[in-house]
Parts: sequence; C-alpha cells; structure tokens
Amino acid sequence: MRPLTLGRLLFRCGILAALLFVVVVVALKMGAVQVSLYGLGRDLIRVLLRQSSAISTDYGMIVLDIRLPRILLGIVVGASLSVAGASFQALLRNPLADPYVLGVSSGAAVGAIVALIIENHLALSPELAGLITPIGAFFGAALTIAAVFFLGRRDGHIDSSTLLLGGIITASFLSAIIMFLMNTLAGSNLRGTVFWLMGDLSTPQPRSLLYFLSFGFLVAAGAIYTTASDLNLLLAGEKEAMHLGVDVPRVRIVVYLAASILTGLAVSVSGAIGYVGLLVPHVMRLIFGADHRMLLPASALGGAIAIVIADTLARTIVAPSELPVGAMTAMAGAPLFIYLLRRRLT
Amino acid sequence: MSSALRTPIPSSEQTRSASDVRLSVEQVSYAYAPNPSQAPLFTLEALSFHAKPGEIVAILGPNASGKSTLLKLISGALEPLSGRIFLNGFVTHSLPPRTRAQRIALVQQESRLLFPSRAWEFVLQGRHPYGSGLRFDTQDDVIIATNALTQVGADHLSDRWMDKISGGEKQRVILARALAQQPLLLLLDEPTLHLDIGAQVDLLHNLRRLAAENRYTVVVVTHELNLAGEYADQVVLLQKGKCLRVGPPASVFQRELLEQVFQAPLSVEMTSSGRPRVTIFSNT
Repeated sequence: MRPLTLGRLLFRCGILAALLFVVVVVALKMGAVQVSLYGLGRDLIRVLLRQSSAISTDYGMIVLDIRLPRILLGIVVGASLSVAGASFQALLRNPLADPYVLGVSSGAAVGAIVALIIENHLALSPELAGLITPIGAFFGAALTIAAVFFLGRRDGHIDSSTLLLGGIITASFLSAIIMFLMNTLAGSNLRGTVFWLMGDLSTPQPRSLLYFLSFGFLVAAGAIYTTASDLNLLLAGEKEAMHLGVDVPRVRIVVYLAASILTGLAVSVSGAIGYVGLLVPHVMRLIFGADHRMLLPASALGGAIAIVIADTLARTIVAPSELPVGAMTAMAGAPLFIYLLRRRLT
Repeated sequence: MSSALRTPIPSSEQTRSASDVRLSVEQVSYAYAPNPSQAPLFTLEALSFHAKPGEIVAILGPNASGKSTLLKLISGALEPLSGRIFLNGFVTHSLPPRTRAQRIALVQQESRLLFPSRAWEFVLQGRHPYGSGLRFDTQDDVIIATNALTQVGADHLSDRWMDKISGGEKQRVILARALAQQPLLLLLDEPTLHLDIGAQVDLLHNLRRLAAENRYTVVVVTHELNLAGEYADQVVLLQKGKCLRVGPPASVFQRELLEQVFQAPLSVEMTSSGRPRVTIFSNT
C-alpha cells in the first residue's frame, strides 16, 4: 500500500513545473528573431533570483513584450482546458468527455461573441469591457453543458454514446451560429471566425486580462480541487459515492460551475482549442494514476506544457506565417481520440 | 497500537450492552410511481423487524418482491412513505451523507470502474467518510485498510488491479472496503450473485465470523435459501411487496409457505445443527 502523500504530490508537481520552465525557455527562444538559448536561460534565472531587474539585451523587448505574454496566456488557457476536461470526465463518467468534444467550447465562443456584440452597444470603460467577454463565455459554456447533459440522458441515465453524439451535434450547430454572427452582425471577419472556431493565441491581450484569467483559474481550479477525493469515488457511480459519504448534488454543482468558468475563461481569449482537455488528462492518468488529488494539478501543469509546445510549433513551423494553435492540437488529439474510442468499443 | 486497531474502534454508541436493539424498522412502507398522479407501480406494505449487534438478517423473496427496495430504505437512500427506520436511535434517512457512511456500509452488486485502480486504493476509499474535504490518508487509515483486507483473507490481493482479479476475489475486496468504513450496520445486496458455490459459502462464513467479531449488524438480500437458512439469525420473507413472515430460519422455512412464495415444489428438513435445509424438486 502506497497512499498518496503531500510530499509525493509536491515532488511530482515540482518535476512537471521544472519541465514547464524548460519548455517556456525554449519557447521564448524560438521564433523569427534568433535568441541564444544559453544567454536567455542565464538572464531569466538572474531575473527570477532578483539579481538584475530586466533582460537588458537587445532581444529583451521581443522576448518579454511579445513572446512572454503569449506564452503566459497559453499556460493559463492550457491549464484551464485540461482541468475542465479532467473534471468533465469524472462528472459525466465518460473518458471521452472534453470541453471541445462536448460542444462546451463552441457554446463559450458563441457566448463570448454575443457579449462582444452587446458590448459594442454599451458605452463601457475599457477595463470593464474586457471582462464582458469572459463572463459571456462562461454563460455560453454553462448553458451548453446543461443542454448536452439533457440531450445525453435516456431513461434518467447518462448514456455515454448519446452524450458524445449530442455534444458533437451541438458543436457543429454552434459553429454555424459562430459563422453567422461573425460574418453578418460583427462585419465580415474571416480571421476572427477562424479564431473562434479553431482556437488561436496570436491576438495580444491586455495585461489586466491576464491577471483576471489567472485569478479566475486559481479560484475555479481550487474549487474543483476541494472535491478531488469525492471525484475519485464518483468514478464508481453516483449511488456508490453517496454510500461512501459523498454529498453528490453539492459536488456536481461545484464541479459543473467551476468547469464552465474554466472553459469560459480559456475560450474568451483563445477560441475553441480542441483536444487538450481530452489528451492531457489521459496522458497524466497513464503516468500518475486516476487519483484526482494528483491528476488535477498534473493536468493543469501538463496542459500548460502541451499548449506552450503546440503554440510554439504553430508559430514557427510555417514561419514567417502562422497556424492557429487549435490546428496543432487537433492534429495530435484527433487520432488519440479515435484510439480511445476504439479501445472502449472492443 | 496495531492490536487496538485490528477491530474497528468502538464508538460510544457501540459500548452499550449487546442485547440492545441496534436496527429497528418500524411499520415502514414505500410506494414507487414514475409519475405522482398515477397509481404506484410498486408498493411495499408496512413491515417491522429489529436486529441486535452481531445478528445477521436475511431478506428473502422472489424477484420483484421488494428486497432491494427494503435494503435501500434501510440504507437511508430512500425515504419511507410511512414508518421510520432507526439505527441506534437515529433515523437513517435524515443522517448527513458523511455521518451515514460512517455508520452504514453497503456492498452493492458489482459496479464497473471507469478507470482501473489497485485493490488497496479501492479499500482506502472506505476511509473517505472520516476525512473532510481534501485529505491525504493517515497512517491509521492505512492500518485500518490493511486490517480490513486481512479480515476478509485478501491481503495478497492488495497490489492487484481491480479489473484483473476473479469475481470472488473482487467481492472480498469490496467487502474489505465496507469494513474499512467501520460501520455499525453492514448491508449486502445479493453478494453471492456471480460467485461459484465455494466462494458463496466462503463469503457467508466470513460474514458470520465478522458479525461475531466486530459486532456488526448485517442485513443481506439474497436468493440463496440454503445459505440464508444456514447463516442467518433472522429471515424476512417478502412476496410482491408484502412481508409474509419474520423470524428465525426454522420458523420461516415451512414447506407450504416456501412452495407458495417461490412457486416450486420443495421439501424442508432440519439438519443436526437445527438449521433448515431446502431441496427443490423439478416440476416434472
């Protein structure tokens, strides 16, 4: 018997955090302007150790003002989507659940676009206006997951394949709505449409929004983490969990709301990036096991690593042009989804 | 230290004398209707029985007689239409989930796990009601879970995956998880289903021993007349939602009564130990 201890949890998270740091340094180096990896690493560690206040070399501006904000945004988005995916998988008792596959990301995108349109008609201060999109995205996400949940029910039980099918249909319907809204109401904007449909991190976001996103992530992911040991029992079914002392309705509402917030936050700045919420929790489960006390933080760090790698590839692989990051995650994620689906059917 | 933890720590309620009634089911009835405006599809008519610590109660009856409904009522998952069920003086349905799980453990018909886990992880889940919110398992939890596995003779399964062991082995691990809950009341819903005869006798034998050692009150729903006759202290005989008889096996196992309930010709004889044994004849 080797139960999970706080020490082992922190040790494993430390390894993942170190890996994330390495990935971030490499991502900072990669790009149209070449930067020496050694010099960059040395400067970053100096800044982190507060021995110097800034990277004063000539590439400092590119690295700190262009690449770093985008990477930080990717970290929050990837962590949010992965934690949301792991939560949906436990909540719906479906290993193929993920905000994108269930249509929740598309719902959040519609919510965000509607919020943008409403915002144009209200004269709001810029700080307030920036917060309208995430809130709209949250409501879009929450409504969609409620609808998909309803579609997936049969005789009072959630039927796994009906749920997935319901999610896929919902996603394609909502994509059509996105297409419509982006190209009629908001004026023809092909790039914007791609942003919401495929997921993209190239739009620069104000620093205040990054703080808001990080805060939202910590609150929502923290709320889910308080139910981590309850989620372990929920995997065996709601009735069994109840008999082991889990307050099932409370856990369900906490996880449902918090996962919708996470999806809404991520989608409001990056559009519907697919498969991260599916792929990352599965890889983490293979490495660390299905215990959510370990799985949730591992997924957050793993999701950050995955998105930073995917986005770095997206902006360098066809340089000087760029791919949306969602194209990269779909290329890796869709085959894995099919693999998992087939393994379940046999 | 370890000897103190071998048997579940007695709660203050448990230190009362063993002759006290622990579980009391008083005039409990239930009706199930898919739609409140319609006549109920199924009703369980008022029934009563009482059980002491260390006693095994078997609920017997053909399919759709209300056995599982009665068990759900006792577990507190369902609220009775009338009457009340007390466990040491507390109404089981009104207990908060965590408190209820500290007093009542339910072994259900085997459920599929979404992601595989090891047997020890599974047994440690029985300690969940004793933690609050996010918790890590303490040294005591590990000792209690280890002892639970030992008590059901499954310590060698500790590191095995739950989806890679046999039905009988799995049933033992599930029972160990229930023991790790340190309950006052142990409920089992058809635990012998899918088990071969050896494993069935083994399980009931274990239950008998555990009930005596740890002073559990055990309520078991089963189809196995002879196992109930051999191991139960009391039998509750149900038919179509009606309680036909409650009492020791020797008084409930009457040939005419059982033939009428189970719709099969049979004979009942008493063994040397005073336990009834049922033989079912083929209809031809």
